[in-house]
Amino acid sequence: MTEQVNLVDESAEELHDVRVNVNGTWREIRVPARRLLSDALRHDMRLTGTHVGCEHGVCGACTVILDGRPVRSCLTLAVSVHGHEITTVEGLTGPNGELHPAQQAFADCHGLQCGFCTPGFVTTIAAYLEENPDPSEEDATEAISGNLCRCTGYQNIKKAVLRAAELKRGGAEGQGEARQ
Amino acid sequence: MKPSPLRYFRPTSLPDALDVLARLGDEGKVLAGGQSLIPLLSMRLAAPPALVDINSVPGLDEITVDAGTLRFGALVRHTDLERSDAAFAAQPLLRRALLNVAHLTIRNRGTTVGSVVHSDPSAELPAVLTLLGGSVVAQSRAGGRQTERKIPASEFFIGPLESALRPEELAVAVEVPVAAPGEGTALVELARRHGDYAMCGVVARAVVEGEQLKSLHATYISAGDMGSVVDLGAEVGAVGADQVDLDALGAFARKVVETDGDIHATAEYRSHLVQVLTARAVRAAVDDAVNDVRKEAS
Ligand SMILES: Cc1cc2nc3c(=O)[nH]c(=O)nc-3n(C[C@H](O)[C@H](O)[C@H](O)COP(=O)(O)OP(=O)(O)OC[C@H]3O[C@@H](n4cnc5c(N)ncnc54)[C@H](O)[C@@H]3O)c2cc1C
Ligand code: FES
Ligand code: FES
Repeated sequence: MTEQVNLVDESAEELHDVRVNVNGTWREIRVPARRLLSDALRHDMRLTGTHVGCEHGVCGACTVILDGRPVRSCLTLAVSVHGHEITTVEGLTGPNGELHPAQQAFADCHGLQCGFCTPGFVTTIAAYLEENPDPSEEDATEAISGNLCRCTGYQNIKKAVLRAAELKRGGAEGQGEARQ
Repeated sequence: MKPSPLRYFRPTSLPDALDVLARLGDEGKVLAGGQSLIPLLSMRLAAPPALVDINSVPGLDEITVDAGTLRFGALVRHTDLERSDAAFAAQPLLRRALLNVAHLTIRNRGTTVGSVVHSDPSAELPAVLTLLGGSVVAQSRAGGRQTERKIPASEFFIGPLESALRPEELAVAVEVPVAAPGEGTALVELARRHGDYAMCGVVARAVVEGEQLKSLHATYISAGDMGSVVDLGAEVGAVGADQVDLDALGAFARKVVETDGDIHATAEYRSHLVQVLTARAVRAAVDDAVNDVRKEAS
């Protein structure tokens, strides 16, 4: 276990005990009220898969799934999620390391370059497909419209949404088909 | 980009929430979805000493339609209201407006009541509530006694980010009248990207009886005075629903609706948008009203 480095002196602040289910495991953390969920995940729980870009809700890099719905972790306080369930990008992968259809689709369609935005896209798409298993091209655009990517130009990410839906519907059928 | 230190309260009943707010007075700020408040805290544009998180207060997440009124509670998320078929049947303008509010991920957490209370002149909901003549239901508690008042939209929006709500009051719900027979509505806006705050937007409401236009009103997003309604009907007079002079109405709106310039658009460009979007919104609202009349007749 790595030693926690305390960057801010929080000794004077009131701390709150927060119990939250992250990726299927109940975790307990002690944080000041102002701790953003994104920071609680990255710093207190050492789950650095959730990325932080703009920290004011615009880029989508920090998106996590809260009680089944994608939300911005930078616009949520850690104390507010006491008793709730969160899935981060780390939690999408299966028990033996198998990729979630949304992750596999990004690999198949070359949906990432630097990868900074990817965790936010993958969580957004994973949650989206639970409600819309058969998106049209237009739906795919709408599904990712709240996430920014500075590298790819979005076309391959749109393909990845459709590919992820296909993988999810048909199991592993046609795997690798879209790889070029 | 981190909020400054603050105290945090998570009441688990409505009386407790109102008691905490009364005790804190000016020092307390309600935390609903946080989709407007947390960015302000992170940028340190706001630094309230204490937050009252209402997310654990039961009974605030209800949508009801009763006696000509659609009511939604303080914890109804934008997504819930947008997807509610009962709400759409009662007042279709809400879904039409909500689909323009931010992106799905933000709507999943942000509340529609919070959006009203936040009183942002570039937000959709204040303009919608003003046009529909809705009201905010505010509750507070003093000396163990709970009081409630209904603040009509015309008195609620005082100016940018300023409402008539007092610090000790919680907006428990918002109410809007159910659509009248022959009522048609539309929201048309232009944003740099879909889901962004609009550079300009127009919300229009037309009432048609038989073939005749009975009334026509509009409110504006990112333009005009908050809380004021422009009576376009007085300008067109008594005409048939298919005879509305859209060009003349656009030019009229441009004259009476004041605009300011900012980083997103110049005042001149906004005025141009007022003109063009008024014509489009009126067309859509009148068509919607005519369709409603036909539906009633068949
Ligand atoms: C990237 C981004 C884009 C956005 N785009 C749009 C857009 O295009 N159009 C738009 O309209 N909005 C937009 N929003 C804002 C969004 O709609 C917010 O959800 C909404 O404005 C506030 O609701 P909330 O529940 O999140 O309120 P909070 O952020 O929790 O609160 C906002 C304010 O209202 C007060 N408040 C909230 N609820 C109550 C209550 N019940 N009683 C008393 N006071 C209360 C709070 O104290 C605070 O001052 C955007 C937000 C983001 C982050
Ligand atoms: S870091 Fe949360 S939206 Fe950009
Ligand atoms: S891959 Fe680099 S930002 Fe999206």
